Amino acid sequence: MHTNDTAIRADGLVRDFAGVAAVDRVDLDIRRGEIYGFLGPNGAGKSTTVRVLCTLLTPTGGRATVAGFDVATQPQQVRLRIGVALQEAALDPKQTGIALLRLQGRLYGLSKPEVDDRLTELSKLIDIGDALGRPIATYSGGMKRRLDLAAALVHNPEVLFLDEPTTGLDPVSRTRMWEEVRRLNRELEMTIFLTTQYLEEADELADRVGIINAGRLVAEGTPADLKRSIGNDVIVAQVDGHDGPALDALRGVSGVTGAEVRGDELIVSAVNGPATIGAVAVALNGIAPVRHLTLRTPTLDDVFLELTGNRIESSHIETGQDNDLVEVGA
Amino acid sequence: MSTITFDVGRLARSEVRARPASPFRDVVSIAGRALRAVPRELESVIPPIFIALFFFIVNIGTLQRLTESHIRGFDIKAFMLPTAVMIGVTGVSRAGALVMDIQGGYFDRLLMTPVKRLAILVGHMVADVAIAFSLTIPILIVSLILGVKIHTGPLGVVAFIVMAGLWSLAFAGFGYAIALKTGNPAAVNSSFLLFFPFLFMTSSYVPRNQLSGWLHGVAAWNPVTYVLEGQRSLVTSGWHATALAQAALAIAVVGAISMSMCLAALRGRLRQG
Repeated sequence: MHTNDTAIRADGLVRDFAGVAAVDRVDLDIRRGEIYGFLGPNGAGKSTTVRVLCTLLTPTGGRATVAGFDVATQPQQVRLRIGVALQEAALDPKQTGIALLRLQGRLYGLSKPEVDDRLTELSKLIDIGDALGRPIATYSGGMKRRLDLAAALVHNPEVLFLDEPTTGLDPVSRTRMWEEVRRLNRELEMTIFLTTQYLEEADELADRVGIINAGRLVAEGTPADLKRSIGNDVIVAQVDGHDGPALDALRGVSGVTGAEVRGDELIVSAVNGPATIGAVAVALNGIAPVRHLTLRTPTLDDVFLELTGNRIESSHIETGQDNDLVEVGA
Repeated sequence: MSTITFDVGRLARSEVRARPASPFRDVVSIAGRALRAVPRELESVIPPIFIALFFFIVNIGTLQRLTESHIRGFDIKAFMLPTAVMIGVTGVSRAGALVMDIQGGYFDRLLMTPVKRLAILVGHMVADVAIAFSLTIPILIVSLILGVKIHTGPLGVVAFIVMAGLWSLAFAGFGYAIALKTGNPAAVNSSFLLFFPFLFMTSSYVPRNQLSGWLHGVAAWNPVTYVLEGQRSLVTSGWHATALAQAALAIAVVGAISMSMCLAALRGRLRQG
């Protein structure tokens, strides 16, 4: 049931293309003021979900509301309340930055003084300076992203959708963007729906994370709860070949719950990492020369692996398992 | 290396809230953007006017002696004026720009605003009509310099320009339909092929009664024939209700077909997302 505290809600949301479900019975309940990270590999259904929630696509099943309005039956009300920065900066390269923002303001019904005020605010906000008067075709990739974000904010939306906002940005810009997303959320109390394929990004930014694979939401919770849910520590052994015998040797080690080869690494799951790492080293000794042995806590990628059998970075929609949603945490 | 800095504190004080704009304002906003782009894309308007004036002058030079000596009272300059204008305005549209918006994602940005969907299309078309008007005027000026007299006077000139603009709009609908249906610039460019049967299987160069055989039959079914005859009546003989009504009907029929295709393509594009 929708409440005033709900910014985005989806009940059994489905969007298919020619009978193939890109989004398959997705349920969401995102509170106002929350940063929700929507994590999944390429082709998992993240962008399709965003396009449905932003009214670009109509759902083929289920129902979704944004800012209290139904995306299928009240799309105009939804559009008035959302700002969207899509994966590729959706800009007209022949317009100047200022012309684009002015037009954007007009389309949202803002008066000329209101547009002028917002331009003053946004020009400081995005720090593009004099370049606003230049054609967008002359902008760098980072400048286009900033302008795209400004265009998404020109009407002061309640809910901001950011579809992979840092893809293609350099590490410094990415870190700054994270900070600003936090500030938009903290100081404007803006609800932010953030899709990403970067585990670190979801971990850093999101209050809660939904993990999507093959169109289905397979897990949801705070990053900490999700990682705790798989329970195991992870031992990473960098080895030089002999993967098969090494895996055989590890199967017999007490406390090891699973092992897989990834590149030149053996990823070993253990109930108690500190207690098991020594035994792992001994088991590998003489079978596979170990260059590095590290112990770490699980990442969201480990969560994804646990739930789907695939790594986020290498998965595609074709992997399609029938996964059940794992509810984690409060 | 690019960096991003914000001053979110100032943004927090904003009380601005989005609200629906009127359909008129939506259309004006979209048309304004389309028209502002024209000076940056002169390649979309210079060739049509050059080609129109080129054919106007060359055709007069080629056909003047032949036609005026064989057809009593025939004025090739007045006859060729509507042909030149039709060559100039047929196919001039912002459909190419629309397809670039679709490919670049800007069309999606427009769709995520509260702008009325139809206003996106109508705004582009309003700009097209304005461009067609502005292309017709210099051709008219050249014709007046060459000695053409418009029998219906200033009001006839206005009617002539309006007719050219409306025909341009009716034809442009095909380009928009292809743009929205395919999202492919090459496909939009191919709509130019329609130009040839429309503009050349008709009375572009000689009066319809001088056409022979199959071409005479085809010209009778070609709506451009009636648009040309309507415009020629304004230039050469006066206000002829039948000729003008037939011209209006021809434009309306082509417009109804092209706009129906446009709306269907727009609906399909919106469904496709």
